[in-house]
Amino acid sequence: MHSDDPSPLARPASCTELFTAFTGLALQGFGGVLAVAQRVLCDDKRWLSKGEFLEALALAQVLPGPNVCNLSLMVGDRYFGTRGAFAALAGMMAAPLLIVLAATMLYAQFATHPLVAGALRGMGAIAAGMIIGTALKLAAPLRSSPLGLPTLAALATACFVAVALLRWPLVWVLPALGLLACALAWRRLRTSETPS
Amino acid sequence: MAAAADLGDAVVTLPEGSALLALFGHFLLLSLLSIGGAITVAPDMHRWMVVEQQLLSDPQFTSSIAIAQAAPGPNVLFVALLGYQAAGLLGAAATLLGIMLPSVTLALLVNRWGHTRQDWRSVRAFKVGMAPITLALIAATGWLLAAPPSEWRSLLATAVAALLVWRTRLHLLWMIAAGALLGLLGWI
Repeated sequence: MHSDDPSPLARPASCTELFTAFTGLALQGFGGVLAVAQRVLCDDKRWLSKGEFLEALALAQVLPGPNVCNLSLMVGDRYFGTRGAFAALAGMMAAPLLIVLAATMLYAQFATHPLVAGALRGMGAIAAGMIIGTALKLAAPLRSSPLGLPTLAALATACFVAVALLRWPLVWVLPALGLLACALAWRRLRTSETPS
Repeated sequence: MAAAADLGDAVVTLPEGSALLALFGHFLLLSLLSIGGAITVAPDMHRWMVVEQQLLSDPQFTSSIAIAQAAPGPNVLFVALLGYQAAGLLGAAATLLGIMLPSVTLALLVNRWGHTRQDWRSVRAFKVGMAPITLALIAATGWLLAAPPSEWRSLLATAVAALLVWRTRLHLLWMIAAGALLGLLGWI
């Protein structure tokens, strides 16, 4: 038992409930679904303990694909197998997809209007800042990385220069730098692993 | 495609099957590279769609990301908007299915492969090693979306938004709304 979750966990009754729950949390998630997902899945629905949520999220983050989509797949899969996985994923994506497509169609109608063009330009500037801010936020936990600050900085700088400044294709940059980074991490973990 | 072609003028530019297939194929490839989310491969989408294939303009690319971020739901939906702006609803289906299919399949397989292997050193080396790479890719995305240095007011708004996201818990929607307002008033 998890001491932080005294009452027993619940489980979704059906794939329909999975679908509606994920639709509900996705529609609340303006600018980021993760915080909403934690509150709904752990606190409101009680389908996962906080520990289980973190465990699923850790795996979702190392896998390719959107973290929250991977998370929804894992939660759905846990209760109803493949059907549940797709019910949860569909809930996460269906209604928001209709909303963004409708917004884009409106944008196409009014894009030439100077006020709309100005608003979109302003939103674009903010969106760029939000992404850079997210990168800054994610940098904090790296201080405890076994790689050490110089190696971390060198890897991140090399990747940034290759992709943002030199515009090299990711299909070459990611495997090359990724393999190097993982090999370095593997060595550091071996030297730091002393049986206690 | 014959039925769609019969619509004649109703269809502005009918994407050829091969173009849709190329979109689908490129996003299939990017899917497995999108560690940390689809936004990490946005620079490559920009390189391929805007610079090489010229399927989209720069403002179309940026607005796709802005709209998806402003709207509720996972930000990966910007991928559907890129496809939609490049090739209509079929384009949206091609890009979204392309970006999702491989990662969905992998997530389900790995999830079932078991949590016991989380302690393996190879798994931990992967997590530790990929962290700075993922971070740099996110930063590169922000860099590519930001305005050129000549538009200093826009850059200032980008910098302020970055600081607010980094240092405060201000709701992102307020920032997006403020950006829209500043743009509306012609200050950005």
